[in-house]
Amino acid sequence: MPIGAIKPVAPSEDKRWRIVHAAMRRNGFRRDALIETLHTVQESFGYVDDISLRYVAQSLRVPLSAAYGVITFYHFFSLKPPGQHTCVVCTGTACYIKQANQLLQCAEEKLHILPGETTPDGLVSLLTARCVGSCGIAPVVVIDGAVEGNMTPERMTAQVTRWRDGQP
Amino acid sequence: MVSLDRLDKIAHKARESQRACDHSVNVCTAAACQSAQSQPVLNALKQELKNAGLESRCAVRSVGCMGPCAQGPCISVEPQGALYGKVRPEDAAEVVASLSTTPVERLAINTSTPFFQRQTKIVLANSGRIDPEKIEDYVAANGYRALLTALTERTPAEVIQEVVKSGLRGRGGAGYPTGLKWNTVAKAAGSQKYVICNADEGDPGAFMDRAVLESDPHRVLEGMTLAAYAVGATRGYIYVRAEYPLAIERLRAALRQAARQGLLGQRIGDTEFNFDIELRLGGGAFVCGEETALIASIEGRRGLPRPRPPFPANYGLFGCPTLINNVETFANIAPIVDQGGDWFASRGTEKSKGTKVFALAGQIVNGGLIEVPMGITLREIVFDMGGGLPTGKKFKAVQTGGPSGGCIPEAHLDLPVDYESLRAVGSIMGSGGMIVIDDGQNMVDVARYFMDFCMCESCGKCVPCRVGTAMMQDLLNRFCGRQATSRDLATLRHLCEVVREASLCGLGQSAPNPVLSTLQYFEQEYLDAILGKGRSNGHASP
Repeated sequence: MPIGAIKPVAPSEDKRWRIVHAAMRRNGFRRDALIETLHTVQESFGYVDDISLRYVAQSLRVPLSAAYGVITFYHFFSLKPPGQHTCVVCTGTACYIKQANQLLQCAEEKLHILPGETTPDGLVSLLTARCVGSCGIAPVVVIDGAVEGNMTPERMTAQVTRWRDGQP
Repeated sequence: MVSLDRLDKIAHKARESQRACDHSVNVCTAAACQSAQSQPVLNALKQELKNAGLESRCAVRSVGCMGPCAQGPCISVEPQGALYGKVRPEDAAEVVASLSTTPVERLAINTSTPFFQRQTKIVLANSGRIDPEKIEDYVAANGYRALLTALTERTPAEVIQEVVKSGLRGRGGAGYPTGLKWNTVAKAAGSQKYVICNADEGDPGAFMDRAVLESDPHRVLEGMTLAAYAVGATRGYIYVRAEYPLAIERLRAALRQAARQGLLGQRIGDTEFNFDIELRLGGGAFVCGEETALIASIEGRRGLPRPRPPFPANYGLFGCPTLINNVETFANIAPIVDQGGDWFASRGTEKSKGTKVFALAGQIVNGGLIEVPMGITLREIVFDMGGGLPTGKKFKAVQTGGPSGGCIPEAHLDLPVDYESLRAVGSIMGSGGMIVIDDGQNMVDVARYFMDFCMCESCGKCVPCRVGTAMMQDLLNRFCGRQATSRDLATLRHLCEVVREASLCGLGQSAPNPVLSTLQYFEQEYLDAILGKGRSNGHASP
C-alpha cells in the first residue's frame, strides 16, 4: 500500500477531532486546506500542539517540515496552551501614539511576564496585537476576547487584581 | 431563480415592513461601538419600547458603522434625524420618550459640522443605514440590481469598459488602474480564472475595510461577482484577517444568504454564469497583503512573495489567471456599474477619481471613519473634519500609509489628497489610515516604531529586507538611546536606499519610507540624538 493511502487516526477520542476532520473533508483533504484546518484546530482546542500538527500534516499529506514552517510563520497560531485569561495589548499606530507601551509595561510589571508568555500558574497570557482595528477608541486592550477601549494603566491593574482574586 | 422582478419583490417587502413603523432606531453594532457596549443599549431600547407599548410602531435595527467611532456607541433615529453618541443603556427611556418630540440634546451629535457635511458617500452609502446581516435590507437599498442588470443586459466587455471609464484605481494603496487590471485578466488565456478580495487589512491604524465588511458585506460580494462576470472567473476567495471575527461572521452570513437567493452559485440570475465565493482566514502576517504572498497563503503555504512578472493576472492562484482587488475597490464597483463610469469620474481629481475612505485616529478630536472626494486637502481632513487635536496638543505630523507610508508635516497640509501628491512628499495613499501625531512625540521614535514593525513582519525571503530592516532598527535604537554618531546617520541613509531598491516586494521596498520622510522633515531630531541633546522615550521632558 502506498504511504499516501494510510489514513491517520485521530489522536484521541475527543469529539473535537470530528470538527477538525470535517474541516479537512470539506476541503477534499487538499493540501491547500492546511491553514484552514489549523485555524479549526486552534478554534477547537485553543492552540495547536505537536500531536495536532502531526495529525493534520499526515491527513493532508503535507511534509511535517512544511506544516511546521507554516504554523511558525503566522503569528495567529499558538503552539502553547493559553492561560485561563488572555490580555492582548494592541500596539498598532493609533494605540502607540496614545501610550500603549505604558499599558504593556504596566501589564508586564503586574504579571511578571513578557509578551507571549503565560504566568507560571497558568492564570493569564499576555500578548500583543499589531492592530485590532478599533483605532477610534485607542488605546485598546482585548481582555478575554472583548475589546476594551480608552484603556488606562489603572484599569489594567484593577483587572489583574480581579483575576488574581478569582473574578472575571 | 432570482430575477429583477424577484429582487423588486424582496425590496418591496422590506420597504413595506420598514414603512409599517413610524420610527426606526438604528444602533451601530460594528466592532468599535460593540466594544463600547452597544448591544446592551440595543437590548435596553427594545425593552423600553416594549414597556411603552411602542414595539410595533418603532423598529430597533442593528446597523453598521456611522463614522464617529470615538463617540461610540452611536445610534440614529429616523425619521427624526437625530444622531446620538456615547449612549448608555439607562438613556434608552429618554430616547424612546423623545421619539415624537425633539431629540435628546444631551446625547446628540451635531451633524451640521464639517465631519458630516464634507463627506461624499459612495462606498459607505449603506453603512449605518442598513442591517448588514439582512440581505433584504441591502436589496431594498437597490442592492444586487447592478449585478442582475449587467448579467442580462450587458456583455463582460461593457462592464469592464464602465470600470475603465470610471478611472477607479486600486484602493489597497498602490493605485493601479482597476479597469486595466480587469482587462488583463479578461484577456489572459485559461479556462479557470479566480477573483480574490484582499481583506487582509494589515496596516496598523487602518480600519476602513473592517468597517465596510461589518457594515455592508453584500456590497463587496456584489462587486466581486460583477468582477467575476467581467473577467470570466467562476471561483472567488475572500482573504480576511482572522483578527476580525465580526467581519468574518457577517461575511459568512452574507455568503449563505446570497447563495440561498441564487445570487451566488450556479446559473446566477437565470444566465449561464456561475460563481462561488469561499472565505480564507489570514494568520496575522502583514506580508500577506502583498498579492503574491496572499496567493501563497490561500494555497496553504507560508506567505512568501515571489518576483513579478509573471503577474497574478496571468499566473496567479494555482497557476491560473487571477484578479486581486482590495475590499474598498470592490465596494465601488456596484455603484459604478449601476450609475455609470462618468458619474464616478465626475468626482475627485484628474488622475485620482471618486472618493476615498479614511480612518482618522491618533491625537484627533473626531476620530473615526470618513469618506471624502479625492483632492480634498489634508488640512481640511485633520482640522475641519477631524476637529484638530485635543486641547493642549499641538500638531506635528500626520502619518498616512501605515508602515509603508510617511509622516507629513504642517508645511504640506494644504496638499490635495491623491495618489501622486502624497507620493511626491514622501508618503503614500496607502489603504487609508491617517494617524495624527502631536508635538510631544519624538519622530525618531516613530520611525523606530515602524521599522520594528517591518523587521518583525519581514518574511525573510530576500536579504535586503530581512537583514536591512534589522540593521536599520539597530541604528534607530542607537539614535533613540542618543548614542548615534554622524557615521550612523550616513549608514542609515545608505541602507534606506539599498533596502528600497533591492527588496523583492512592496514590504521591503517601502520599509524605509517612515525613516526617509522623518529624515526629510524632522532631520534636527536625528541630529539632536547624535549630539546627545535630544529627547528620548518619545516624550518631551516637562
